[in-house]
Amino acid sequence: MLGLNKKDSSLFLLVLLLVIFAPFLLNPFPENSELAQFNAGYPDLMQRFLIFGIFAIGFNILFGLTGYLSFGHAAFLGVGSYAGVWMMKLLTMNVLPAIIISVIFAGLFSLLVGYISLRRSGIYFSILTLAFAQMSFSLAYSVLTPITAGETGLQLALDDPRILGVSQVDGTIPLAHFFGLNMRESYELAMGGWLFTFNAGYYLCAVIMMIAFYVAIRIFRSPFGMMLRAVKSNQQRMNFTGLNSRPYTLAAFVISGMYAGLAGGLMVAMDPLAGAERMQWTASGEVVLMTILGGAGTLIGPVLGAGFIKYLENIFSKINDNILYEWFSALPTAVADVLVFVIHPFIGKGWHLTLGIMFMLIVIFLPGGIMEGFQRIGKMFSRKKKTATGPSGAAPAPAE
Amino acid sequence: MDAILLQILNGLDKGSAYALIALGLTLIFGTLGVVNFAHGALFMIGAFCAVMLSRLLSLSYTTIDPDRTDFLGNPLKVETPYVEAWFGPETGAAIIDWSVPLAILFSIPIMAVIGLVMERGLIKYFYKRPHADQILVTFGLAIVLQEIIKYFFGANPIPTPAPDVFAGSFDFGAMIGMDPNVIIYPYWRIVYFLFAAVIIGGVFAFLQYTTFGMVVRAGMADRQTVGLLGINIDKRFTVMFALAAVVAGLAGVMYAPINSPNYHMGMDFLVLSFVVVVVGGMGSLPGAVLAGFVLGILESFASMAQVVSLLPGINQIIIYLVAIVILLTRPRGLMGRKGVMES
Repeated sequence: MLGLNKKDSSLFLLVLLLVIFAPFLLNPFPENSELAQFNAGYPDLMQRFLIFGIFAIGFNILFGLTGYLSFGHAAFLGVGSYAGVWMMKLLTMNVLPAIIISVIFAGLFSLLVGYISLRRSGIYFSILTLAFAQMSFSLAYSVLTPITAGETGLQLALDDPRILGVSQVDGTIPLAHFFGLNMRESYELAMGGWLFTFNAGYYLCAVIMMIAFYVAIRIFRSPFGMMLRAVKSNQQRMNFTGLNSRPYTLAAFVISGMYAGLAGGLMVAMDPLAGAERMQWTASGEVVLMTILGGAGTLIGPVLGAGFIKYLENIFSKINDNILYEWFSALPTAVADVLVFVIHPFIGKGWHLTLGIMFMLIVIFLPGGIMEGFQRIGKMFSRKKKTATGPSGAAPAPAE
Repeated sequence: MDAILLQILNGLDKGSAYALIALGLTLIFGTLGVVNFAHGALFMIGAFCAVMLSRLLSLSYTTIDPDRTDFLGNPLKVETPYVEAWFGPETGAAIIDWSVPLAILFSIPIMAVIGLVMERGLIKYFYKRPHADQILVTFGLAIVLQEIIKYFFGANPIPTPAPDVFAGSFDFGAMIGMDPNVIIYPYWRIVYFLFAAVIIGGVFAFLQYTTFGMVVRAGMADRQTVGLLGINIDKRFTVMFALAAVVAGLAGVMYAPINSPNYHMGMDFLVLSFVVVVVGGMGSLPGAVLAGFVLGILESFASMAQVVSLLPGINQIIIYLVAIVILLTRPRGLMGRKGVMES
């Protein structure tokens, strides 16, 4: 299907189904139940899953295939966001030009950064990209304030020209739309105790994310993707065979920069504002984490990682001591007190602590991420099966 | 002339901090071959050692003075710090006043223990892993340390004053025979610079003139051969990690009065220190120190009003620009050695 082999087609279809039915799948608990707070089926969060999924897919094309660890990818996301908001200020509230321009600007910026940074490899590359990202971050806060609006963040205003659209509707800023389809428009479906929300913005993100995912699969399976893997496994040998690796890595860098720009553009399309903190290096660290957590170099891993982190972030920052006490209400007060005292540092504002610990645990114990975890579990089961069928089926024991 | 001198002086304190952190980073990198993204967090913990000690010293008990009343007419509650009760009011007040320099002694064992625990508990398992993994795990550790400090000390900067003797500024210009009131320089910054110079000198002397240092240098040059000679080089490298942690911690302790410690100061310094290490040359100790001071001074030149009006924003990005230019023209950095970190 679509030039994919059987395995990839089924993966693609699986992701497609998951994305289409996400509003159902992510809302497993009835609206009025205690567990409703674990639901993730509201538009804002679902959009974030997809947007960060795109960001992580793009990062994975660079890091997963070539092994170049960029610590500055948030800068491309930031550039994309700014470009997107400017399109909405100057041109029209239609999100399409904003998204396209975000991708183009992020692509150009990543071409510049990549051209310089890719002269070095290893840790030098990481630090060069980090330097560029920090540079853009400080510039966005200081000199470029006329373009970026500094600390307040770039927002839409009533007196923006919007030459192809209207600058204001009845004295308010018009809403972002896709050829008339309002991004905030939602269809709510009440079914028994459940309430499912189908949001226009979410489905726009979904379409774009599926396209991005498809392109990523094609890149992974193409001769170009093979070249990128060659860069990761042994660049020197690749050079000896007469291949210049730089054009390939630069192309991968620009592609992943454009993915980041696309994510930035979509962020703007969903919520038209852009701030410099999106470019900070902790934001770059976050996308690295998503990719690693899911499994760098795998197709679906980064999307899983992005969803996982955004979901945990949402849950952990929402929980507070009162909710904890409610959960532990069955226990004796003293035990509940102790439990709440122990858990307290990790929830609410302490979400970053949990994130840091998770980060460390993943890198230490599961460098291949969730996907490696799945594989290990799978192997465990297949081994059990083999031993169950009889000792002859098992691999011969190594001589000792 | 005086403007130039002033900028050089202004760059010294930041340069000293960069040099101290970069020195530790390079030590760790040169010995263990590990890229430590948590080094900035160690600097931050050092600064919070100063905060902690000054809080400990000003722990007080409350007594009610029946003779005096507060503005509501109630008996006045008098807070007396324990140290004042133990050592007498004058000595006690002096001890509280000198809490930051005292924190140097306080922080050395703490930082050494943190360094040892970090190395034995975590870094040890990452010698053979790729640099990307080392960066990621120490990055995670940095977040964790930062959040722990934030949990206990809050997110706001905590002012930690220097001793009264060093408060205020002096006229440096008049001292060297220039016009008075041209070069006014705060006392504490000169103290910081001298302190940094002593520490850097101490580390170099330790490596140069002691047997232990000799073994470490030999291990940096050729780890395998030193191991074959029957020397437990891992143990010595662990000690060097602790030493690097102590150096970063001391840099943080003394920096507390210059910049009120907050939980993300480590991250702010870390990025710059890494740039400093790379500019100086991975694995080169003199390079790290040199680059630290050069970049600190360059930064202060770039923040002169004339320069900023000419090239707006240059003060924010000068270090990164220099780093990019250096990396592209001299890939090994200013004083990088051949064969270190070359893939």
